[in-house]
Amino acid sequence: MAGKNKTKSVALFATCLIDLWRPGVARAAVRLLEDAGVKVEVPGGQTCCGQVNYNGGDEKGAKTLAKHHIRVFEKFDYVVVPSGSCADMIKNHYPGLFEDDHDMKKKALALAKKTFELTVFLTTIAKWTPSHQEIGALKITYHDSCSCRRHLGIQNQPRELVAAAGHEIAELPGAEVCCGFGGLFAIKFGDISSHLADKKCTAIKGTGAKTLVGADLGCLLNLEGRLMALGEDIEVLHIAELLARGKQP
Amino acid sequence: MKLASHLFPEKAKEALHDQNLQKALGLLQVGFPELRRRAIANLPDFEALRDQAATIKDHSLKNLDKLTSAFTEKIESRGGQVHMCATAEDARKAVVKICQEVEAIKITKSKSMVTEEISLNEAIEAAGMEVVETDLGEYILQLAGEPPSHIVGPALHKTRQQVVDLFKKHHDIPLKSESGEGLVAQAREVLRAKYFEADVGITGANFLIAETGTVVIVTNEGNADLCRVLPKTHIVVTSLEKVIPTLDDLSVFLKLLGRSATGQDITVYTTLVSGPKDSDESGGPENFHVVIVDGGRSKLLGTDQQDLLRCIKCGACMNHCPVYSAVGGQAYGWVYPGPIGAALNPALTNPWEMRHLHQASTFCGACEAVCPVKIPLIKMFRFWRTQSFDDHITGRGQRFSLRLWAYFASRPRLYAMKAYFVLPLLKIMAGKKGYLGHLPFLGGWFRGRVLPGPEGKRFVGEDRK
Repeated sequence: MAGKNKTKSVALFATCLIDLWRPGVARAAVRLLEDAGVKVEVPGGQTCCGQVNYNGGDEKGAKTLAKHHIRVFEKFDYVVVPSGSCADMIKNHYPGLFEDDHDMKKKALALAKKTFELTVFLTTIAKWTPSHQEIGALKITYHDSCSCRRHLGIQNQPRELVAAAGHEIAELPGAEVCCGFGGLFAIKFGDISSHLADKKCTAIKGTGAKTLVGADLGCLLNLEGRLMALGEDIEVLHIAELLARGKQP
Repeated sequence: MKLASHLFPEKAKEALHDQNLQKALGLLQVGFPELRRRAIANLPDFEALRDQAATIKDHSLKNLDKLTSAFTEKIESRGGQVHMCATAEDARKAVVKICQEVEAIKITKSKSMVTEEISLNEAIEAAGMEVVETDLGEYILQLAGEPPSHIVGPALHKTRQQVVDLFKKHHDIPLKSESGEGLVAQAREVLRAKYFEADVGITGANFLIAETGTVVIVTNEGNADLCRVLPKTHIVVTSLEKVIPTLDDLSVFLKLLGRSATGQDITVYTTLVSGPKDSDESGGPENFHVVIVDGGRSKLLGTDQQDLLRCIKCGACMNHCPVYSAVGGQAYGWVYPGPIGAALNPALTNPWEMRHLHQASTFCGACEAVCPVKIPLIKMFRFWRTQSFDDHITGRGQRFSLRLWAYFASRPRLYAMKAYFVLPLLKIMAGKKGYLGHLPFLGGWFRGRVLPGPEGKRFVGEDRK
């Protein structure tokens, strides 16, 4: 990390899904941050940002978890999140949860400002560019999550990183269309959800790429789950996993 | 229209397996978004117009009483009548009464979602009069005895072959050609006669202009003009939120409406009507009525839900919605399907009936991104979800799970302990194949999909070099 940012404290919020389901993504994110010269801390008290409660209508539960999350992370200068939807929750929705609590609102706004989605942090704050990877160039296709693309306006950052690492991106037709994950939606309306996942998988297969990369684990588990059910031989990777390949821990 | 929205989960499932419907939806999903994209590419101010339109609507809704009075005054000064109706029933009664006063036998009608909302046709028929839909889509649905599935293209879910079969069944004249053109030609032939026989013509309205007391009707088929101008009596049935201040404001909305709806720079017909025919005019209706339905809208004024009333019924939200594109409009079970329906219907009917619709969203935000009046639809869905949770409309299982999650996740040590025991178990269950084929409580996930297995331990708390 360049210049004045070197002395800043940086925390990784692994997110509940990555922490519990695919810890390798968090390990990969740490490796990338360290490669960028960032000393990263992983606060032990972290759990979940409360997004599932917030979107499920449980505002009280969302507030409880937001308060917990703020308490764990407020002392850091930067918080990095390898997930668009969790970053969206913290950046765009935390402040609104505390309209009637001035102190909490102030804290929520402060945390919102210093929380960054991983690819945004790497490209704009750490100003890191990956070198060509030893694993060799892959032809990949990239899935934009709706959280990244529409709610956070992230489109170029992951593509720049993937390209700088020497990989070729076969763009996905209909990249702006949802993959059908939607958190609880995927469970409550499983038939519609997997119908949408199936359409996305058809587009993925159409690119000819053997590797699917994205920045939101929810979408990736959805698509990987469908691809596995179809018996397709397509590898599904979080962008951190792709970029950290070949880098020693 | 009869409420069937509580059946959404079952109807959606049926829709996913309906091959004809999936074919029709496939065309819709590619067609409309692409047409819209092309149309707005040619209008660089499109984004600025969206902001302007939202501002005009907000201003109109804030001053709705004043603007409605001004509109009414202008219409009445030219000999028209305005009927303010609080409920659907009031509106049905008002329309039937007008028709009975002019001893109507036959009535023609152009497309109006508000008339679907208030079940007007049923009321007219119950009063012993004949009513014929003249919008091609609505006409097809009248023959089929079905409700509309899209607010702009009500019969979009029908394939051409289905229309051919309907026409053969209902028309006495032989069908010369089964092509799209052939079908349109025959509908025109059948409907042409109806226009001349009609005693009353009923139309909807897209905008009501307060400044001039003008009703604006936008169509592509010109059928509204024939309904309006040939019979002796013209009844406009519309809703409260259509009022805008001035003709200048109208120009903003006309630039947005066609492009957002069908990708047209402007619709084929834009008709401005301000009252019955003047004494020196040779044609036009002698009687002119505007029936304005509230139907639960006014209770949204001044609340967080007021933004819903900005809607200009373009249908762009449904054209871009992945869920609508998967299941079609009829699954939604009421007149307004798709994202706007999921957000608006609970307010106009009741939250219990509409409980599935706002849950049936991935919050992808495609609807918000294209809405010409920038309605914050996700915020609206979330409002209903929160209400449903608090009012126990949301099922006990979901409420309990979310509460339990919040309990554990706000207690890091307990959370860690639970993960320590559960994760290895799940890993074992996933086994060599590396995925889970079923889990209790997550049943829906496994419809057509497996769940890649977990690594078996947490990241947080592990030793790092």
